[in-house]
Amino acid sequence: MSLLKIENMKTDIGQYAVLHGVSFDVPEGGVFVLLGRNGAGKTTTLRSIMGLWTPSPGSVTFRGEDITGLHTAGIARKGIAYVPENMGIFGGLTVEENLILATETGSFDQARLKRIYELFPAIETFWTKQAWSLSGGQKQMLAVARAIIEPRALILIDEPTKGLAPSIVAAMAEAFREIAETTTILLVEQNFHFAKSLGRDMAVIEDGRVVHTGTMADFVADKALQERLLSLSA
Amino acid sequence: MEQLSQTLERFGGVYLLPFALAVVAFIMIGAPSSWVTLTVAGLAMGMMVFLMASGLSLVFGLMDVLNFGHSAFVSFGAFVAASVLAALGGWLGSDSVILNALALILALLSAVAFGVVAGWFFESVIIKPVYKDHLRQILITMGALIVSEQVILAIWGGTPITVHRPQFLEGAFIFGDVSIEVYRVFAFVLGLAVFIGLHVLLNRTRIGLLIRAGVENREMVESLGFRIDRLFIGVFVLGSALAALGGAMWAGYVTLITPALGAEMMIVVFIVVIIGGLGSIQGTLLGAIIVGLTANYIGYLAPKLSLASNMLLMMAILMWRPNGLRPAVK
Repeated sequence: MSLLKIENMKTDIGQYAVLHGVSFDVPEGGVFVLLGRNGAGKTTTLRSIMGLWTPSPGSVTFRGEDITGLHTAGIARKGIAYVPENMGIFGGLTVEENLILATETGSFDQARLKRIYELFPAIETFWTKQAWSLSGGQKQMLAVARAIIEPRALILIDEPTKGLAPSIVAAMAEAFREIAETTTILLVEQNFHFAKSLGRDMAVIEDGRVVHTGTMADFVADKALQERLLSLSA
Repeated sequence: MEQLSQTLERFGGVYLLPFALAVVAFIMIGAPSSWVTLTVAGLAMGMMVFLMASGLSLVFGLMDVLNFGHSAFVSFGAFVAASVLAALGGWLGSDSVILNALALILALLSAVAFGVVAGWFFESVIIKPVYKDHLRQILITMGALIVSEQVILAIWGGTPITVHRPQFLEGAFIFGDVSIEVYRVFAFVLGLAVFIGLHVLLNRTRIGLLIRAGVENREMVESLGFRIDRLFIGVFVLGSALAALGGAMWAGYVTLITPALGAEMMIVVFIVVIIGGLGSIQGTLLGAIIVGLTANYIGYLAPKLSLASNMLLMMAILMWRPNGLRPAVK
């Protein structure tokens, strides 16, 4: 059974129809990558899953339960974390406060915190600093750390490498690989090299519709398909 | 401007502004006794305006709601407190400090209780249907302010009402040729206590953490699993109660109130929220103190400019810092 099942999801933003019937399944475990050109509807898909925009019609099923129309907070409490494209960091709060806000009880599970320190040493270094003073890469680390400070079944991550230095991107890839051992990741990414190094399964979205689904290995092997769907030259 | 900001930051940042204002005023006024009296009056006024404005700032910052009806709570707080004080006239005039204090506490608590109930009703019936629609927010909350003024007219009439202060808050402390009204000191201390309480709430509790985060990014707080709309009701009710408390204190300060009190205070309250920076309690306090001091100093030095002083102050600060002195979102 798939962890997340999206069927015929249509989302309008204002008077514009952005998603025209998106359907795909995210299997449990590993990294599922959603690829597509700019403006194809990737971010809208993630936001619709989180209930930040309401799909109508269409359905989102998570662990066999229909979560369509639930309030965003309710969806998050089902075990879905969201790392938006702008990272969603609270700049006026310290690193510690950003993380404590994401805990259920207001206190840290020390084992998880230790794991976060290992994945992102900068978190420990800048623990008491206000988040606005962090660099772009450190903010992204904090955003991801916030998503895994509690056990989650699924993390939606929107373009985590955007604007980051190559060394930070490499560190991020390493971290995602480790996180994906215990948590499913639905990753939206424009950086194909980053995406293919992580993805197990994938879908391509174009003009608000899913036009291809399959394994990343098959997609990487099919240069013609890459060229046709993403304009990637061989 | 950039250089001025950097230099100021080195010496304590925008928190130095009230001190700088006081120093400039001291030089211009010349007479130390008048300066002390004006400074205490400005601080007291600032603290009362802070009580009225702090809730509005949080509501503005947390939910992006433009509540022009906020000052209705100020009016009702003033009239409810005045009525309670009038009903307890015997206690007010008594020589017993305990009876005096009891009358005052009951008046302030009545205003706060009214603010809580009215705030809850206002949020549920008037604000909730117009979330995310600024134009309708402005129209409906302005309408609510007008209706509330008419309700006050219907209940208390149009004649100005004299507000009696408790005996123990009458008079002044005299130091040489300096006279400081007891009520002003009380208003300052109460405002300071409320500020400390709010500071602790916002910085030492989980609810406070949620409010601060919500002011910055509502969507993200919801994505972390918290219902910001439920939190907002609490913040709105708290803001209404504080506005009513501010109104009650203001009634005792001016000692003569009319149904137009809310509309009169609305402009000052909005100026304070805007120059302080949206969603920031420290900014609101700073803005309120600067407005209070400026109003008193200008009223003494150039009375003809006193009406325009707040507007000029707001223009100057916004030209320097377009997001206000201490905005919550960086």
